[in-house]
Amino acid sequence: MEITVNGTRVDVGDDPQMPLLWALRDLAGLKGTKFGCGIAACGACTVHIDGEPVRSCQTLIGDVEGEVTTIEGIGDLDNLHVVQQAWISQQVPQCGYCQSGQIMSAVALLRDNSDPSDEDIDDAMSGNLCRCGTYPRIRAAIKQAAKMGA
Amino acid sequence: MGIAKIARRTFLIGSAAIAGGVAFGYYYVSQPYPNPLEKDLEEGEVTFNPFVKITDENAITIIAPRAEMGQGIRTTLAALVAEELDVSLDEVNVEHGIGAWVYYNEAAFTDGGPFAFFDESFTARTVRSAMKPLAKVLAIQATGGSTSIRDYYEKLRMAGASARQMLLESAAENWQVDAQTLQTGGGKITNPATGEILTYGELASAAAKRSAPANIVLKDKKDWKLLGKSPPRVDLPDKVTGRAVFGTDVELPDMVYGTVKISPRFGAKARSFDESAALKVPGVTKIVPLETSAGSGFGIIATNTWAAFKGAEALEVEWEEAQYPKFNSALFDKMREIMKEDPGSSLRDDGDTELSFADAPRDEMLEVEYTAPYLAHTTMEPMNATAQFKDGVLEIWAPNQMPTVIQQTASGLVDVDADDVIVHTTYLGGGFGRRAEVDYVGYAVEMAKQTDGMPIKVTWTREEDVTHDTYRPAAVGKMRARFKKGEGPQSVDIHIGSPSIIKSFMGRTFPSLSPAGPDRTMQEGCFDQPYTIENYKVRGTQTNFPIPVGFWRSVGNSFNGFFHECFMDEIAKASELDPLDMRLKLMADYPAATGALNKVAQMSEWGKPREDGVGMGIAHVLSFGSWVAEVIKIRLVDDEVRIENVWAAVELGTVFDPSIVKAQLMSGIVFGLSSAMGQEITFEKGEVMENNFDTYDAMRINQCPKIDVEILETYKKVGGVGEVGTPPSIPALANAIFDVTGQRIRNMPLSNSINFA
Repeated sequence: MEITVNGTRVDVGDDPQMPLLWALRDLAGLKGTKFGCGIAACGACTVHIDGEPVRSCQTLIGDVEGEVTTIEGIGDLDNLHVVQQAWISQQVPQCGYCQSGQIMSAVALLRDNSDPSDEDIDDAMSGNLCRCGTYPRIRAAIKQAAKMGA
Repeated sequence: MGIAKIARRTFLIGSAAIAGGVAFGYYYVSQPYPNPLEKDLEEGEVTFNPFVKITDENAITIIAPRAEMGQGIRTTLAALVAEELDVSLDEVNVEHGIGAWVYYNEAAFTDGGPFAFFDESFTARTVRSAMKPLAKVLAIQATGGSTSIRDYYEKLRMAGASARQMLLESAAENWQVDAQTLQTGGGKITNPATGEILTYGELASAAAKRSAPANIVLKDKKDWKLLGKSPPRVDLPDKVTGRAVFGTDVELPDMVYGTVKISPRFGAKARSFDESAALKVPGVTKIVPLETSAGSGFGIIATNTWAAFKGAEALEVEWEEAQYPKFNSALFDKMREIMKEDPGSSLRDDGDTELSFADAPRDEMLEVEYTAPYLAHTTMEPMNATAQFKDGVLEIWAPNQMPTVIQQTASGLVDVDADDVIVHTTYLGGGFGRRAEVDYVGYAVEMAKQTDGMPIKVTWTREEDVTHDTYRPAAVGKMRARFKKGEGPQSVDIHIGSPSIIKSFMGRTFPSLSPAGPDRTMQEGCFDQPYTIENYKVRGTQTNFPIPVGFWRSVGNSFNGFFHECFMDEIAKASELDPLDMRLKLMADYPAATGALNKVAQMSEWGKPREDGVGMGIAHVLSFGSWVAEVIKIRLVDDEVRIENVWAAVELGTVFDPSIVKAQLMSGIVFGLSSAMGQEITFEKGEVMENNFDTYDAMRINQCPKIDVEILETYKKVGGVGEVGTPPSIPALANAIFDVTGQRIRNMPLSNSINFA
């Protein structure tokens, strides 16, 4: 089976029951998307399908219709997305493990809402767990990214 | 004070004590450990010491040999070297480096004895210095106990300064001038008299051959360019782009994948098993029985992680019964029973509490019990490790806090010399003490023996991770006090019952060593607090079960901070004193403590009248060398608690990176509040009932209060940072709840007694 990830067709094996998360990580070699819980409770595995945030640990390969975007497709070191720039500017990540998912959720939020309130941020981001407690800086970074025109 | 009263026939190691001691002679203590960088230099690269290497192309690498688990240590350790080497952080590469004896942690030993941080008695000082040779002989490269900066803030500046001096001397010889006349900056040396320039890279090969300078001169603090500032963290560009390699991201040629299924009852083994269904799962290639000092179960080897997970699910096993109280309430009852029989050992015994209690009027006594449950760490990255055993060499890639302990323990599993075990430390997706364990590495090594030399990456499911943690131990605190209205406590007696972390850790990690003597971690947060009370006794009774317990961010302070600081609040209330005023009075001998308290009172406008429905609580805990006062403000909305503000003042002597310190305080506070707001590991039939974030959650962004942190730098000794925000956060919250509801909650988590928004 093939799906489109970050604009490229990739081979994702032949098991339609495999979660997108594991196909991305173990078969397509895209390991920026993280495994945290396997039950869509922590958000570490968040990717976009046609721009909408989904938990890839609960999305089966056989059900993927549309283009997948992962953290690797958002921006890279030489060409950071505005949200990634804001994340560095506010020095958000600590261990960093949840941050791919946090950034994917934030990018989706800002795409739909260019000036999110605290409540909007809570609604969009409360599915993304961070055990390091980077929430105050995540909030600041989302607001900064909004100002920067994400 | 009476902290140093205990007899010491046992020799104390870190928080533990080893009966019989470890034999070592002057020779071993005086021999320097080899520089591990020498084994692995690039073409044209030289090394000056175990922390600095430079290529002839002027590529400068700094080794920051402590686990980066979020606390920003890679950046600050690199800044210590770079400050004295006179380079900026964007001019260097920073690596953890391979595990090596030379990177042993001395502070974990010198600061791990049964003494309060402020204890400067002869005994305390003698034991601290006696720990140094022992730390060196045991050579434990460990990240934990908030020790990294305390251990390295001088040593790493010396390493940078030493290399810079060697480079300067080499340039001076080259130009036949006095080294004092030359200038450094930007990775090069300039002769201002002639305008000549040589890069560090051009000089490195000759400079590294020189002997290290005997007299190393460090910069004055006022000349610091990086330290005391907040340069951008070196790890963040990779962490916002998905490039950072955590343990789960290790990829090697011909790698196979795996997971584990460990006995759900601790100490119990498989009675029988049937692997036929598991082997039918596409991709599953092998089922391997596992038996280590940490646990018993099975390894599932497969062609991808998902297949291994499915295989583990399909593997049918019947496990033996648990040999400990099978239900949660029975565990606590058993702890109380043991406490009745065994008075335990005391790390503080000032005055005579029993005498004071003997003639106390009933209305001047408080006698209450506090409890705290077992807790899991739930690092965002589940446990995992990658191992390859080939041609007599064992290579391990693991997000870990103890590389040399892995070398020592893993070498025994494959029967090779510890020097033939190579440990690569990846980024850690959270540590919090869980990765000071080596259980997950041991299982991966056992599985690597079964893969014909191919590397295997073993990733645990979240369910396996939560149900096979090394838990923060449950604890019972029996608290008694005699108080006087308007004056406060005359006597305080605290009896802690808890499973011993040190005994549990040593048993699974170093089964051949037997710990003896009191376990400091059981009483820390109570015995070592800067209160002066006439009669003041703290003792701890070990209530050990086969349930593994381990180091959980702030360790014993995590429950004792709650017990002690809530009980102080109760005494203040009973004595009709303001909880801040009473603390200021009792801690008057310690200006570092009162300074933090006064600062946080000012930040939070403590004395101002509070609106209806608003409560404020205060707490102070000295842990890991830092004096931390916190105030929490909550609001009751429809009988639900909403945490609105946290103010924290931390006195830590010297700050090396204020942004990172503030981030760590916030982190520690969120970690502590998460536990108070709903975390609890419970047992049924000896098995852990919670197994994922749906049953064991943590604070979410919508619940996160505004957090303000102020740093104070007046104390003479440097304090730790990674854990110190946690202990006061829990009692400050409970005290705030009491302030507004009058409800005194003495059992964690608080969510069993009140709802949180």
